[in-house]
Amino acid sequence: MSIRERLSGNEAIATAMKQINPDVVAAFPITPSTEIPQYFSKYIADGLVDTEFVPVESEHSAMSACVGSESAGARTMTATSSCGLALMHEILYIAASNRLPITLAVVNRALSGPININADHSDSMGSRDAGWIQIYSESNQEAYDNFIQAVRIAEHKDVRLPIMVCQDGFITSHAVENIELIEDDKVKEFVGEYNPKNYLLNNKQPMSIGPYDTPAYYMEHKRLQAEGMKNAKDVLLKVAKEFENMTGRKYDLFETYKLEDADTAIVVINSTAGTAKDAIDRLRKEGKKAGLLKIRLFRPFPAEEIAEALKHLKAIAVMDRCDSFSNQGGPLGADIKSALYGTENAPKLINYVYGIGGRDVRVENIIEVYDSLYEIIETGKTGETYRYLSVREREVE
Amino acid sequence: MSEKTSINETIAWQDITPGGNIYSSGNSINFHTGDWRTNRPILALEKCSHCLLCVPVCPDSSIPIKDGKRQDFDYDHCKGCGICAKACPLNCISMIPEGSKEVE
Repeated sequence: MSIRERLSGNEAIATAMKQINPDVVAAFPITPSTEIPQYFSKYIADGLVDTEFVPVESEHSAMSACVGSESAGARTMTATSSCGLALMHEILYIAASNRLPITLAVVNRALSGPININADHSDSMGSRDAGWIQIYSESNQEAYDNFIQAVRIAEHKDVRLPIMVCQDGFITSHAVENIELIEDDKVKEFVGEYNPKNYLLNNKQPMSIGPYDTPAYYMEHKRLQAEGMKNAKDVLLKVAKEFENMTGRKYDLFETYKLEDADTAIVVINSTAGTAKDAIDRLRKEGKKAGLLKIRLFRPFPAEEIAEALKHLKAIAVMDRCDSFSNQGGPLGADIKSALYGTENAPKLINYVYGIGGRDVRVENIIEVYDSLYEIIETGKTGETYRYLSVREREVE
Repeated sequence: MSEKTSINETIAWQDITPGGNIYSSGNSINFHTGDWRTNRPILALEKCSHCLLCVPVCPDSSIPIKDGKRQDFDYDHCKGCGICAKACPLNCISMIPEGSKEVE
């Protein structure tokens, strides 16, 4: 029987880590992910795990220690947020190109400046091209479930890539909600022993990791890395199926909510999906066919499947919890647009920057977004596609 | 993923090792660094006294010795740094630009 508990998103991740019992955790504290290594240190002090904890002096060192230990053949995990992830940036690429399946819990927070500690996706969106798999989570339950599945996806022989499991800072990381935990032995059985084929501490086969690469070989190495990312999608689906068999909880590339018969939809990442579902329920009572597509797997981006799920709509609002300052909208907006390119009679599309720096997102705000979509359908005019939601604005004379 | 360690510039991406990992030891001899060279050391063997002062200063072990006598350079690995030429007390080693007539 599964265990019914009440946990915050950070506790949920720390609990998943405890159940997985990794070989090494190297971490440096940063709000709002600090609690993850903090709880985990207590598990070590209490003798609940056998993990080697490496306290480091920065996130650059945390990720460097992770690269070292994962290369050595140890299952390795860490957690960070915001500027911490930015400080890891250089080493993220090394982890990916060396094909080291490190698991990283990202608790999404705005990047400075102005300095701000609240929910925002600028941090992980800044790492989206680093070659890491990225999975996003709406709730503490999803963060927990995704983290356990992540280990299997990353370590799969056809993938061998590091993975980030993201959730919204404070909104889910600190809010305590009901959660269904899996029994320790079932988690251990699900993730299994980590037995990499090649590793530095194997004295039977000496090896070198991370040698200098000349122009004659770099492209071939990168192309091989891209193949791992191509394989990640199918592996994620297989792992999700196994997870569903164990828990009854179903996961896919993305989640849809009342999308099949919808004429309008928003595409959203993380906790705002919950608010949007509430908005949809209200709109449906008024007879409006509103729907939702919630991103789960963002890297690799399941473009074909997303285009297929969205092509019947009349108008879409893509919601970005960060700006890319391209004057075109945010990164999710760009990816959805590129996914829909070539779709005949593609839906009209607007891209909102919303909720950045922890700006509250209420059901009413999401309803405003749907109102804009219905206005577009009625008038046939898309207007400005790059918009800010709930920003104080003076009337322009 | 492949575990090949002996590779050359014709290798396809499907056959290369992830991240350029090398899955064995003692194989740097297979990696020919000599093509980086712009100046080639040429030994005037008739002047050489086999004092062997050039051997330990070579950063790339490119001066082989046999029966106490130095042999010609290992041009597969010599990068042409010229330290041997400076070290030679009898000026037996001259540094000649690659591609020049003297080298051919």
